[in-house]
Amino acid sequence: MSERISKVVQDLPPSGIRKFFDLVLGMKDVVSLGVGEPDFVTPWNIREKAIDSLEQGYTSYTSNKGLVEFRKEIAHFLKSRYDLHYDVEQEMLITVGVSEGVVLVMRAILNPGEKVIVVEPSYVSYKPMTVLAGGEAVVIATKAEKGFKLQPEDIEKVCRSHKNVKAILINYPCNPTGTSYTRKELLAISRVVRKYDLIVISDEVYDELSFEFDHTPFPSLPGMKDRTVYLNGLSKGYAMTGSRIGWVCGPKDIVAAMTKIHQYTIMCAPITGQMAGIEALRNSRKSVVEMRKEYIRRRRFIVDSLNEMGLSCHVPQGTFYVFPSVRSTGQDALTFAETLLMKKRVAIVPGTAFGSGLEYHVRMAFASSYDSLKEAVKRMKEYIQTIPSQGNS
Amino acid sequence: MDEILQILESDARTTAEEIAKLTGQSVVSVKKTIKSYEKSGIIAKYKTVINRSLLDNGDPFVLALIEVGIMPQKDVGFDHIAERIYQFPEVRTCYLMSGTYDLLVIIEGETIQTVADFVASKLSPMPHVRSTTTHFLLKKYKEDGHIFKKKDRSRRLNIGY
Repeated sequence: MSERISKVVQDLPPSGIRKFFDLVLGMKDVVSLGVGEPDFVTPWNIREKAIDSLEQGYTSYTSNKGLVEFRKEIAHFLKSRYDLHYDVEQEMLITVGVSEGVVLVMRAILNPGEKVIVVEPSYVSYKPMTVLAGGEAVVIATKAEKGFKLQPEDIEKVCRSHKNVKAILINYPCNPTGTSYTRKELLAISRVVRKYDLIVISDEVYDELSFEFDHTPFPSLPGMKDRTVYLNGLSKGYAMTGSRIGWVCGPKDIVAAMTKIHQYTIMCAPITGQMAGIEALRNSRKSVVEMRKEYIRRRRFIVDSLNEMGLSCHVPQGTFYVFPSVRSTGQDALTFAETLLMKKRVAIVPGTAFGSGLEYHVRMAFASSYDSLKEAVKRMKEYIQTIPSQGNS
Repeated sequence: MDEILQILESDARTTAEEIAKLTGQSVVSVKKTIKSYEKSGIIAKYKTVINRSLLDNGDPFVLALIEVGIMPQKDVGFDHIAERIYQFPEVRTCYLMSGTYDLLVIIEGETIQTVADFVASKLSPMPHVRSTTTHFLLKKYKEDGHIFKKKDRSRRLNIGY
């Protein structure tokens, strides 16, 4: 590659399934279970508020940290829902989605060579962003037979065998597996975290899509607030992916460092999204609950249908993803996904996008209308029947 | 409202098998519940919402909303006269209202003239009908929660992380 490009960026591994993505994007009449966003449009009251703010001339920069009214709304929300208390001036920052939060925190805390534990299967940006910030990612690969759940002893093992482990990045409910954690399970993790004095970066953007039990934010656990950088946003629960609004809550020193980088790079999150965000947190509970209910129905449908097809699939505890194995078809994930796309025009994402050792898993999003899901299931069934020699599963 | 009713209200064609899958109940119990709703009248009818404005050569058709003022009768109040009105096949909908009039009656007719005739010759002369105000419907935007405007194609990309 050209010398004009930084060595670090050149060395970033390209997404292994870029080619597959390009294939999907160029194709028409696709039934897609390949998206990472809700099929709902942003609830009308929120859109209406955004329009209203534009009409009233809210088109300027905001303070670097974000509109104080919005930060107060977030603080109020966290307090009333989770009994989490954050100071709006010193412990909070509005970001351009959670993605920016991930970049900021890595750059804020990492010295060259310091390590961050990344739990796989994981969202695609965690490892590259660690490396781009000069850090090193240490992967813990969770196991399908354990529901892709992080085990406290895995963290122990890594911390004993690696020097300079500074932080652990967790994401629950998890994209792509849908795995989440009960308070009890989180407490067990928090004990190891304290023992090895780790910073916890907790991406909880799917917290509103928790189906089995009440979501417990990591900083709400005893002693964890001071060591947790809590990331959340409006994208998933409020169907506001395009607004690009997230927030960071955390210890003063880390938030101050993140704010410093944020002010030089982004200045502030877009004001229209922030104005919409105020309305979202204030007046949209009913919509959020309705959307969650709908996801729960679809989840039942897709999990049952996949298991009927012989694609073994654990029940996701949250998110709008299922992460079944296609091993019983005798095909690996990439072959399965590619052929399914070419022959039946159903788009799904091969598990290899989310970590190594996932050659037989695929991610399917049930953030699609019930009719699309039915159609996708029908086509998948037809496709599986055409696969000649099905292996034993 | 029960989940089964919610599902059927949004799509009456959803089969018992599908509802069972969506709600995590057995097919037998879903069928049983639906039967009992039908029997008790909670499920009054299964119907299709038709956007007649898209019919190329459909029959001519107008809808009118009529505000009807009534003199209530001793003992039976509005119910008796309401019944005499809603029995007409032209009447699609009949509600008792609070406010400045009493019954809201929705009439279907072939032309404005047929509706006018109905009002003039049948509705207005009825005993106890004090007044009528007729509004003709010009365009339907949304009905029963359904927006008639053709849905835009999804703006989402087909794939993403």
